[in-house]
Amino acid sequence: MSVFDGLKFRNISSPIHKIDPRAKFIYVCVLFVISVLFNQILPLLIIFLLQIPLVIIAKVKREWLRLIRGSIFFAIIIFAMNILSLYFYSGQQSLGSIMEYALAMTLRFIVLVESFSIFFLTTSPDMLGLSLEQIGVPYEFCFAFITAIRFVPVLAEEAQTIIDAQRSRGLELEGGNFIKRIRNYIPILIPLIVNAIRRSLEMAEAMESRAWGASKKRTNIYTLKMSGRDYAFILISIIMLLISIYTWLFIKIPSILMS
Amino acid sequence: MAIIETRNLTYIYPFTEKPAFESVNLSIGRGEFVLLTGPSGCGKTTLCRCLNGLIPHFYGGKLEGEIIVAGLKPSEHPIYKMAQHVGMVFQNPENQLFALTVEKDVAFGLENLGLPRDEIRRRVNWALKVTGIYDLKDKAPFELSGGQQQRVAIASVLAMQPEIIVLDEPTSFLDPLSAKNILETVHQLSRDLKITVILIEHRLDLAARYANRVIVMKDGHIVLDDEPRRAFLDEKIRLIGIGIPKVVKLYFLLREDSVDIGGVPLSPEEASKLIEGVLISDRG
Amino acid sequence: MGQNGAGKTTLVKHFNGLLKPTKGRVLIDGIDTRNVSVATLSRKVGFVFQNPDHQLFSETVEDEIFFALKNFGFDERVISERVDWALNLLDLTQYRKTSPFMLSGGERKRVALASVLAWDPKILILDEPTIGQDNYQKERLRQFIIQMNQQGKTVIIVTHDIEFVVECEPRVVLMANGKIIADGEAKKILTDPELINRSSLVLPEITQVFLRLNDFGFPSNVINIYEAKRLILERLSGGVSK
Repeated sequence: MSVFDGLKFRNISSPIHKIDPRAKFIYVCVLFVISVLFNQILPLLIIFLLQIPLVIIAKVKREWLRLIRGSIFFAIIIFAMNILSLYFYSGQQSLGSIMEYALAMTLRFIVLVESFSIFFLTTSPDMLGLSLEQIGVPYEFCFAFITAIRFVPVLAEEAQTIIDAQRSRGLELEGGNFIKRIRNYIPILIPLIVNAIRRSLEMAEAMESRAWGASKKRTNIYTLKMSGRDYAFILISIIMLLISIYTWLFIKIPSILMS
Repeated sequence: MAIIETRNLTYIYPFTEKPAFESVNLSIGRGEFVLLTGPSGCGKTTLCRCLNGLIPHFYGGKLEGEIIVAGLKPSEHPIYKMAQHVGMVFQNPENQLFALTVEKDVAFGLENLGLPRDEIRRRVNWALKVTGIYDLKDKAPFELSGGQQQRVAIASVLAMQPEIIVLDEPTSFLDPLSAKNILETVHQLSRDLKITVILIEHRLDLAARYANRVIVMKDGHIVLDDEPRRAFLDEKIRLIGIGIPKVVKLYFLLREDSVDIGGVPLSPEEASKLIEGVLISDRG
Repeated sequence: MGQNGAGKTTLVKHFNGLLKPTKGRVLIDGIDTRNVSVATLSRKVGFVFQNPDHQLFSETVEDEIFFALKNFGFDERVISERVDWALNLLDLTQYRKTSPFMLSGGERKRVALASVLAWDPKILILDEPTIGQDNYQKERLRQFIIQMNQQGKTVIIVTHDIEFVVECEPRVVLMANGKIIADGEAKKILTDPELINRSSLVLPEITQVFLRLNDFGFPSNVINIYEAKRLILERLSGGVSK
């Protein structure tokens, strides 16, 4: 299982999976706003911990952990960069406050990754495309979006086959200087691109043959209806947002490190 | 009245000098099951693209002569209009599946037409049942086997209720068993629904038994157009180099030694019956 | 041979090291594949993939054939000879300076084959070489395979094209569900209804005919039309056969 499985739809049944993608999207937006709002560790930590029950209810613990572990690398970079820039450019601040700030930024990154992960793990591309359609995105874009998602595994497999085929002709992909390495990828990229183009032509033919573009008003056999549960979820998100804004405006948040 | 009629049809792909096919005169009646075959590059695939308007609308190029399909001239109507009369199933199952569930895929064409939801549901269920894949309704198309995928493609074409179905080498990527099953299904559907079928195939050993007519093309021309048994008896067919079924070859081999089994078999079943007949009458 | 998904392609990918075994060993000419690179093994084992479009990337057919030869470190002069030879062998000389993308499907398949043969591997693996080919192309391929085999090459074909295999009458290794369920003469294996059933194949045409004629005392393991004719004629001339 790769780190990217944390962003791929996991086809199981859970209460979170059943929530309308639009409601979940609002949740992600709210979380984005909240995490940007605060510069202190404490609220960010709370938000981070608050989402964990969601991960558990959605039964996506393993994939989610994978992604979080994978993002540690970037988290460390963010941490280090913040420390360095604060130290050199902010002059008189104490080490304690620098550490706190850098940690908070890192935490913000992790909170964002966390919420995106929950969204993508519990929302099928199907439902996603559908909700885009219903919001009013033109069908061509929704279709392009869904097709892209549908073909990611296909193209990944094809890329692997091409790599195998060229390795079988003596192509070495490891070693050699930088320029040589890039050149070695040409025999992989060209067939990949050519085949992708061929594939899309074949698909276009098939689409036309199935009356693509026949009607301006396209029907959709599936509809997404918001249920009570979805509205409740949106409500909770909004309440969280309001509490956060209130806190940010009126409450002094204690710092953790400096005491 | 013929449902497909061409007169002197000639087509040249863009940026090419040599026509893909020339002076094709064809008349296909409603309900026929036509097997269209010939060596690679003979023009059979190109000819079929003319039936639903892909030529000239999608491919461009120069189309000369007359062609009338289901009473319409494809060059004068958009492809989406022709698509309601001529359904096309392509060779590669992977590149004609669009949705993330089978049900949605079969509904694709109908959704494009903007039909009301209940009508779509009704037709989709019917198409799924008739192709035997109703229980695959909620599965993701790319998780299915090649044979199942082609069934989905056939179902999605049938849902639009065309008068004509064109299948372009639908068994290419399938194993022999799936190939056999798919062709049997197509045959059954053509009989039950009285649809005109145009099947492009190399595997004559599997397909010849279903056709009432075999059209052989070579180098852009129709060189043979006859009922299968008569077609196989024609000298020309052996010169063209298409895949004559082994049972037909056996018929000829025996005939060389003056043994006439009584008819040209199109399937192993027919062959064994004919041979049986000869052996029995030889005994008695 | 075997159904799609039986494990055929996975198995042959072990022969040039693309895949390494989880358990057990694969020995090519006595060398364990786990200890050598794919490039080294490929020098001996030429793998022609099913879809030539997964290989073709060069500006000309010539360059395409040149590619592997260069990778394997052949000498300039040798490369030139080999390119000429491969082009000639597969009837592609007229396309020498043509872009492979301009060629037809069948021609592209020949280019892919030529580019592999050019380095003269001892072992040749062809993955589903007959898909989408017409009769003439298949017949050419068949003769070609026999020629390569007669020249001493080991030829391994992954296929489910029964009639094609029947024409070649090779050794058949039958797979189902990731296991080898039979290994022997084509004639014996392809005429066994139980084996055929387990691997989702179909009996050869001629075998199907003779299976139904069992009551007449015909053997059921007939796959060849010439043998079929002989058996029928014998029966008709009365009492020569057993």
